[in-house]
Amino acid sequence: MNYLELFRATLPETALEIAALLVLVVDLGFLRKAALTVRAGTAALLGVAGCAAALWMVPMEPLGGLSYPGTGELLLAGGCTATAAQIGILALTALTLLLLIEAEFTRHVGEYVAVVLMAAAGGLLISAAQDLLVIFIGLELLSLGLYILTAFAKRSGASAEAAMKYYLFGGMSAAFLLFGFSYLYGITGTTSLHQIMLALYGGNAYHAAPLMYVALVMIAAGLGFKVATAPFHLWVADTYEGAPAPAAAFIASVSKVASFALLISIGTAAVHLFDGMPGKVEAVAGIHLNPQPVYLGFRNAWSELLVVLAAVSMVVGNLAALAQVNVRRLLAYSAVAHAGYILLGLAFFSYSSLSAAAILYYVLTYGLTTIGAFGVVGVVERATGSSRLDAFLGLHKRSPLLAAVLLVLFLSLAGIPPLVGFWAKFNLFAAVLSVQHSGVALVLVALAVAMSAVSLYYYLQVLKRAYVLPAVDETAIPVHPTTLAVLLLIAVAVVLLGCFPALLQGWIAGFYPGM
Amino acid sequence: MLAWTIYLSFAGALLQALLPKGRPALSRWLALAVALSGLALAVLGFAAGMPDHFARFTIVDAPWVPSMGIHYLLAADGISLVLVLLTGLAAVAGVLFSWNIEIRTNQFFAFYLALIGGVYGVFLSFDLFLLFVFYEIAIVPKYFLIAIWGSTRREYGAMKLALYSFVGSAMVLIGLLAAYAASGSRSTGLVDLAHAGLPVSFQMWAFPLVFIGFGILAGMWPFHTWAPTGHVAAPTAASMLLAGVVMKLGAYGCLRVAMSVFPHGMDPWGFTLLGIGSWRDVFALLAVIGIVYGALVALAQTDFKFVIGYSSVSHMGFVLLGLMTLNQIGMTGAVLQMFSHGVIAGLLFAIVGRIVYERTHTRQLAELETMHLSKRLPFAAWAFVIAGMASMGLPGFSGFVAELQVLVGAWIARPWWTIVAGVGIVVGVAYTWRAMQKAFFSDAPPGPHLHEPGHELAAITWPEMAGVALLGAATLAVGLYPRVLLDAIEPAVRALLAGGLQ
Repeated sequence: MNYLELFRATLPETALEIAALLVLVVDLGFLRKAALTVRAGTAALLGVAGCAAALWMVPMEPLGGLSYPGTGELLLAGGCTATAAQIGILALTALTLLLLIEAEFTRHVGEYVAVVLMAAAGGLLISAAQDLLVIFIGLELLSLGLYILTAFAKRSGASAEAAMKYYLFGGMSAAFLLFGFSYLYGITGTTSLHQIMLALYGGNAYHAAPLMYVALVMIAAGLGFKVATAPFHLWVADTYEGAPAPAAAFIASVSKVASFALLISIGTAAVHLFDGMPGKVEAVAGIHLNPQPVYLGFRNAWSELLVVLAAVSMVVGNLAALAQVNVRRLLAYSAVAHAGYILLGLAFFSYSSLSAAAILYYVLTYGLTTIGAFGVVGVVERATGSSRLDAFLGLHKRSPLLAAVLLVLFLSLAGIPPLVGFWAKFNLFAAVLSVQHSGVALVLVALAVAMSAVSLYYYLQVLKRAYVLPAVDETAIPVHPTTLAVLLLIAVAVVLLGCFPALLQGWIAGFYPGM
Repeated sequence: MLAWTIYLSFAGALLQALLPKGRPALSRWLALAVALSGLALAVLGFAAGMPDHFARFTIVDAPWVPSMGIHYLLAADGISLVLVLLTGLAAVAGVLFSWNIEIRTNQFFAFYLALIGGVYGVFLSFDLFLLFVFYEIAIVPKYFLIAIWGSTRREYGAMKLALYSFVGSAMVLIGLLAAYAASGSRSTGLVDLAHAGLPVSFQMWAFPLVFIGFGILAGMWPFHTWAPTGHVAAPTAASMLLAGVVMKLGAYGCLRVAMSVFPHGMDPWGFTLLGIGSWRDVFALLAVIGIVYGALVALAQTDFKFVIGYSSVSHMGFVLLGLMTLNQIGMTGAVLQMFSHGVIAGLLFAIVGRIVYERTHTRQLAELETMHLSKRLPFAAWAFVIAGMASMGLPGFSGFVAELQVLVGAWIARPWWTIVAGVGIVVGVAYTWRAMQKAFFSDAPPGPHLHEPGHELAAITWPEMAGVALLGAATLAVGLYPRVLLDAIEPAVRALLAGGLQ
């Protein structure tokens, strides 16, 4: 490995960093006297251009990546999940940047865009990472950006409070993660995911099994914090409520996509541990209810952990969301619930690309929908000064298009066909059941479906305010044309991708040649 | 051609949503045009099925999600055609009886037509996934129709209905996912799943799950409680559709999905508990209880609309009982009862909710008693007499043929079902008679406001007359010449019975 190779493998990240610096230079250097709207527009457009440039540089060849010198062990993967997730991250980042255009929470738009781009670079890094050190660096790069973004509304006390909570929880979970990583390194003597899986399966690690369980619990706590699973979800509601709307949209979408891409990498490494060895063996997936415990290395214990987290998240997220009176907090708890559904897919992970593709499908479409939801919340908040449920009263009169977008997005989140949220759920649950036919998997899927029936209630609470209950104030809500265009684009995409699910599914499957 | 019933309805819904505000007349005529063309297509489709003796034919078959074996498969057999015809009738009548919707008219018809499109879709889908998609599309508009344009406790009724429906569909979804996985994740076609050889042990739990899931929407006792509150809260057109076609979606799902895909779920358990030895006995028992319970509760109501609401539970019990007879005549009767009840319940709700309530502004039987409506609204009184006779199951109306067939089928299967259900019919006569007497033909002393000037009731409008004529003619025509529908239903039921159902 030389520096040229390193540079080539991280071209997209580099493009984002250069774009970030460019935004800073233009905003602080040339536009000091310009109006805020001009600066915001310029910064957002430059940021989108940076995303586009990075998108153009994402390596499309199926088997690229960056390896250790001398060995075949990957630092950064190319192709498959990594590419699809990176493209998703860049596209979603561009969408959240476009929501900035009419935002008024800060005067420092240049810095805001720069931090968003740098955090997105961290996201790109972890969605391709195959090594514990790269994973940790990428996660920290992403997280630090998110803490800053949360605190960006300097005039708002809620924003500062949310950032402080987020930062404290985040620091703690990073410590847990690092602690877990150190145990894994201690047991196996390597930081490469693939080598770790192989070593844990081997005979030596068998005697260190208790240590491995400790390590896995620590790692689950650290990563569970990132993807907002219960019981590591306490930061979510406050952060979603306090952060400026575009920042919340970024946290809810891009950070989720990147973190789940990382979890997919871990799952893939766990089931593909014998790849490249003579006599290909399929690692067995899922939980085995044998009377005698079967030691299957990383795989089994990890599955059990994820099953517990998934079940707890689905129940806690959906039930807590029922009691919310603030739409942002409602979205936060629904995010916990959605994370639970996705973890179910990760717990029953298939050898083929089926599960990975289904999870990517889910998280990408979920990210898209949430950005739209936060976009609508942001507009309503600016007009009414609140994101409480009652702020949405009579929205269909105040802005029919905004109400229609809200209808589409929330029904999609509730999983109503023919919108994309339904298809994502169906796809994911079908993948879970195809990995394991009966027993635990079926019970958990039944729980997930039952819980999504519960979720309809709280999504309807918002739609009821928008469409049914009488309006208190009937003045029209002004919507910036760019924001409206982005929101309409998202709503149309949610409908079209739901009506023609094969489009996105085929696109994702295209990244998994021969599987 | 039949597929256009779906596309036209959805296109109409979209167009309505885009119409400018404040043009209610335009919305109405557009909705009527869409509903009428749907009915015309349904009639044409029905006529087109006649030459081949209503054998199943495919309308559209296109791969939808090729990697998962999901097809956009629309097809129709005799049962589907009859129910599509019913949907067409109910849609037109519903538009006619919503002629007086003045607020947010275009939104009303947008939700209305979206609901109709979903219903057409369910009746024409032969792919389980597609059927489920249409089934769920039909749920959401119901919520908004009731919550925005409804009356008594509308938000409560609407939310209750939406949650009951969604819980039911969640059960169906679990069954769908499990069946898809158990059959090897190759296809979601109804025919493919039915021929997949699903293990009996699997069918034994999947059948009750899916049957109850659909049964909730069919008003199966004890999961019926959404029905009366929902019907009462809904605006007239929505109650007509709810009772007329949406409850039929549930019954249709029970027949087309639960019973056809998991036929072995109705096999005997191998032991009996209190005379019950299979899921079939369980659901037949629930159906019989529903018949008697619905009728008895209807007898005790003080709100006119609640009488009709509970009568729907009772009449839908006949549908479920007919399905559980598992013989030709009983199941034919069940399908005919779906059509018959759809038409009659639509007519009853139209008279109670639109013709009477919009003029008297009360549905309390005690208050209606003092109004002498037979003299002041003779049209409503006679229309209700006709609808009531049809609802009681007098010969000459569609209800007679349908319920007779169900009872004969039940007698063949288990005689005691017939005996108990017969009690339900007698009570049915009683509650209809009571409601008719109290609402229209009472000789109670007149209320204080009866002879005040300015309290004349508005004249009957043409859409009301047209709607009553349409539905009344349908129930009479089928009652006098049932062969027109039976010719379509019988071969389809025979094919179903031969294809695995016992």
